[in-house]
Amino acid sequence: MIDRKTAYLGIDVGSVSTNLVLLDEHTGVLAAVYRRTQGQPIKAVQEGLVELTGMIDVDELEICGVGATGSARHLTGVIVGADVVKNEITAHAVAASQVIPDVNTVLEIGGQDSKLIVLRDGVVTDFAMNSVCAAGTGSFLDHQSARLGIPIESFGEYALRSAAPAHIAGRCSVFAESDMIHKQQVGVAVDDIIYGLCHALVRNYLNNLAKGKDLLEPMVFQGGVAANAGMKRAFEAALGVEVVVPTYHHVMGAIGCAILAMEQELSPGETNFKGFEVTGLVYETSTFICEGCSNTCEVVRIKVGDKTLARWGGRCGKWEMQDGASGRRRQKAAAG
Amino acid sequence: MRPVSEIKVTTPHLGNLHLLLDDLFDRLGVEYIKPPPSSTKTLQIGVKHSPEFACLPLKINLGNFIQALEQGANTIAMAGGHGPCRFGYYGIVEERILRDLGYDFDFIMLEPFRDGPWAFYRTFAELSTGLSILKLWKILKSSFSKGRAFDQLTWRSLQVRAFEVNRGDTNKALRQAEKILAAARSQEEVAAAAAESMAVINSVEQDPGRDVLKIGIVGEFYLLLEPFSNFDLEEILGNMGVYLERTVWVTDWIAPRRDNKIFGFSKHLLAEKAEPFLSHNVGGEGRETVGSTVLFAERGFDGVIQLLPFGCMPENIATSILPKVQQQHDIPVLTLAFDEQTGRAGMVTRLEAFVDLLQARRGCAPLASLKRAAKPETMPSDGCAGCAVKSASGAACTPGS
Repeated sequence: MIDRKTAYLGIDVGSVSTNLVLLDEHTGVLAAVYRRTQGQPIKAVQEGLVELTGMIDVDELEICGVGATGSARHLTGVIVGADVVKNEITAHAVAASQVIPDVNTVLEIGGQDSKLIVLRDGVVTDFAMNSVCAAGTGSFLDHQSARLGIPIESFGEYALRSAAPAHIAGRCSVFAESDMIHKQQVGVAVDDIIYGLCHALVRNYLNNLAKGKDLLEPMVFQGGVAANAGMKRAFEAALGVEVVVPTYHHVMGAIGCAILAMEQELSPGETNFKGFEVTGLVYETSTFICEGCSNTCEVVRIKVGDKTLARWGGRCGKWEMQDGASGRRRQKAAAG
Repeated sequence: MRPVSEIKVTTPHLGNLHLLLDDLFDRLGVEYIKPPPSSTKTLQIGVKHSPEFACLPLKINLGNFIQALEQGANTIAMAGGHGPCRFGYYGIVEERILRDLGYDFDFIMLEPFRDGPWAFYRTFAELSTGLSILKLWKILKSSFSKGRAFDQLTWRSLQVRAFEVNRGDTNKALRQAEKILAAARSQEEVAAAAAESMAVINSVEQDPGRDVLKIGIVGEFYLLLEPFSNFDLEEILGNMGVYLERTVWVTDWIAPRRDNKIFGFSKHLLAEKAEPFLSHNVGGEGRETVGSTVLFAERGFDGVIQLLPFGCMPENIATSILPKVQQQHDIPVLTLAFDEQTGRAGMVTRLEAFVDLLQARRGCAPLASLKRAAKPETMPSDGCAGCAVKSASGAACTPGS
């Protein structure tokens, strides 16, 4: 038997992107995958795992822990067998403080939400997450890149060329879009419009999330939108400090939950990980309305063949289960 | 008005208010049609017929009314009130919308007792035949004291749930306790049932050794009182092992006193606490939100969660002041705005992160453990050996250095 290398798997399934990383025991990144969720989280996780196996020989790895995060974290946890299921705010903070141990501020902009995390001495002391507005997120940039016919990957390039950003309204994506169209129709250069848009997003982000918070250096900027050099430039212009974009800025959530899985210090074989074979399974999800009381909850059921892996969605807890153990019993076992 | 014998009265849902009203209308001899418990369907109906810019409570109220009218209710009783918050207009707007929709009903606006005792009595006289003022007063008093006992049960459940050994036991006990109390009629019976039902809640198997987090819930009154509107936030937090106190209670709201029996602190005291940050009334519960945040900080709570309907003016004023309170009193505050969204995932994510943050402040953080040199032999499968607070996901958290 060959001596296999210890590794930890982190999976972050967000609304827009699904990210997977494999870390070695020193939190070094062995492989990272960033792909679109496209509304199908299970498929995205399975294809992501296949992509990972194409990047690295997983037979040489001993997976000693798995973490799941992102809005589909519970679903992912059931599919792959996660040891840690953690919210994305904590996951992002953990990853950032691994990259820059004394980080004080984490700016994160993802596909459908954005977060601001304030840390002191390695501990999260405050956070904010946008709730009702899409204007400050990656989806809006995506939409504008499609409208302008400029690939989102080149947005940064255009923005960096601008010397005088156009003023674009940042409060609401509808206002921003009509402003952009107006500027474009009166002949403002596309570079200036795109950099102006970056400024608008940064204003929106700071107005919504930074209210009353002390944003101190060192400052890390992560999430899919951090790939856009124009956004980094706009943040630096607005805040007057240097903003660090880590190499693996796009998969920081996955890195964070892999680190949290590592912290469990499970001995080999103790992990819940179901193996890379899960990529071949067919998961069936269905929903039904529970008629047990007037709450009429919508309950989601996830099955492989005849076996029910998980159920959730009820308000009373009677349907809740994951991997055979009902929520109630699990709680008892844990407490006792 | 219809003759009393034909009245089928309904009211909007507001936490456990229906338990008090069950008793009251029973004593008055009026048929009470409870709307079905608020559900997604209620919300859909309400949203369909409400002005888009109205806040969430109005939409749910309207859904309650329509569902009750369809079940045969012919009289609507709605609280009125006044003040620089939209609530004072709710009844009027709701009545108009329902009339426009073609429903046939009588509408009773209940103005607060303190705005005029006579108007208050006359309203109830319409709902009863030949009752003397004295008799009516006695009935109101009995039902109210029962309502207070219901509030006390809920109050206690918010604490017991944090310590419960088997998830769901507190909910079961609360339902059982409410049933016991609901059956009591005479003053002696109510007193005995109150004690018996409280004993049921206290008998929930608990782990007294758990060092739980303490969070104060503040904000707009409807969001605090109606669990449907806040996605059962209290239950979710309780299941994470968080001890809760909330500022608004049905009986404190109906009859505010200097020593609000349930919450335990008066409006007056909260105004005093808010004074350095907000020196005047801004309507709704804006000033109380600021004041009670200060109070919770002084009482050593780990954190405060503020709930508000999206677009609520008084609470938005409070929201903009709270960062200052947070800074000066060193207490983390999480603000959650609710609208007609039905996905609770976003809220749960924020609650989990907030609980992580509060644990971290107690030196029990995922991050702190990274820098830890020595590590414990065994890892608890759920919860933290140091503070015994369960993290929501069931993931273990370890004591920090």
